[in-house]
Amino acid sequence: MHSLILASPGSNSTELGAWWVLAIVAVGAALGMIFTRRAVHCAVLLAIVMLILAAMYAMQGAPFLAFVQVIVYTGAVLMLFLFVMMIVGVSAADSIIETIRGQRLWAGLAGIFLLVLLALVVGHAAIGAAAPSGPRNSSGNVEGLARLIFTTYVFPFEVTSALLITAAVGAMVLAHRERTSPKPTQRVLSRRRVASGHPAPLPGPGTYAQHNAVDMPALLPDGSVSRLSVSGVLANRAIEAEQSGGRAAITAEVLEPGEPADLDIPAPVAPEASEEER
Amino acid sequence: MISPAHYVALAVVLFVIGGVGVLIRRNALVVFMSVELMLNAVNLSFIAFARMHGHLDGQVIAFFVMVVAAAEVVVGLAILTSIFRARKSASVDDANLLKN
Repeated sequence: MHSLILASPGSNSTELGAWWVLAIVAVGAALGMIFTRRAVHCAVLLAIVMLILAAMYAMQGAPFLAFVQVIVYTGAVLMLFLFVMMIVGVSAADSIIETIRGQRLWAGLAGIFLLVLLALVVGHAAIGAAAPSGPRNSSGNVEGLARLIFTTYVFPFEVTSALLITAAVGAMVLAHRERTSPKPTQRVLSRRRVASGHPAPLPGPGTYAQHNAVDMPALLPDGSVSRLSVSGVLANRAIEAEQSGGRAAITAEVLEPGEPADLDIPAPVAPEASEEER
Repeated sequence: MISPAHYVALAVVLFVIGGVGVLIRRNALVVFMSVELMLNAVNLSFIAFARMHGHLDGQVIAFFVMVVAAAEVVVGLAILTSIFRARKSASVDDANLLKN
């Protein structure tokens, strides 16, 4: 590969040093992304790669695209990923068991094959030195891009708007859920609440406890914990996290099922019902 | 001395890592992230070639790739949430209604 790296008149060694640092961090983060089991860690590592790519765009005389990269990718796309992760479940980690035998081995072999193939192709391509920044940035990068987008590429640019509208409508149609049962009225909700035997609001988390985090159950006058003060989802997550050695083990420890419950009321844990009540 | 070949080499490595990620991961979200990584790698090579030629066309194409990638992510994640709602799983192995 080194034979094709030609010296370019306009470059300096500072950029090369920055390239080495950024490239090593980017490749490390990308490798971490595909090998980390937790999806949230993958998203954070991908954010690192995308920020580094933004820096590389800026180094290569594309400041507009560097900003677009930060705003669109790390700002919008990764936020969308994190939101969907919130819906799907943050703790959704990949299982280690292979469902297809030898999948990882063959995937690794395919990756090595692809790497060799692309390295051969790129190695045989005549990648010249960077052209002197002549007319391209003469009136500024943004002005040059705007001139191109609104003259030569004006038709693709207009088609892009149709694509974005289609994507927005498609996302709404796909993510829309038809209501299968009639929406409960206020009368129904109030009846349901009285019938539940607990008409008062649920106790808040952290009351009289050591700290008032939402995963900290409130303490009752007799010192026992109130199971109702913590969301059922959080309690379940805490137990899951305890099994995998997470931070929220305290909650699971406090919420031992054997301890005396505060009130003998079924905890409203059904997320569908609580969603409708809001 | 640095040249566009440096950036193209990095783009190749990132593209291959993204491709391997698509093949080995089974969480659909992470598969999407790997696809995004591949798109970003291609964008990097586009910008490197734009610099090599001294034109801005490569940057315009990278810009369009970003727009299309954003639209693709929106639709893809909407599909993922609707599959998750029906199958209660985000694993690509569980979306097997068309199998057999």
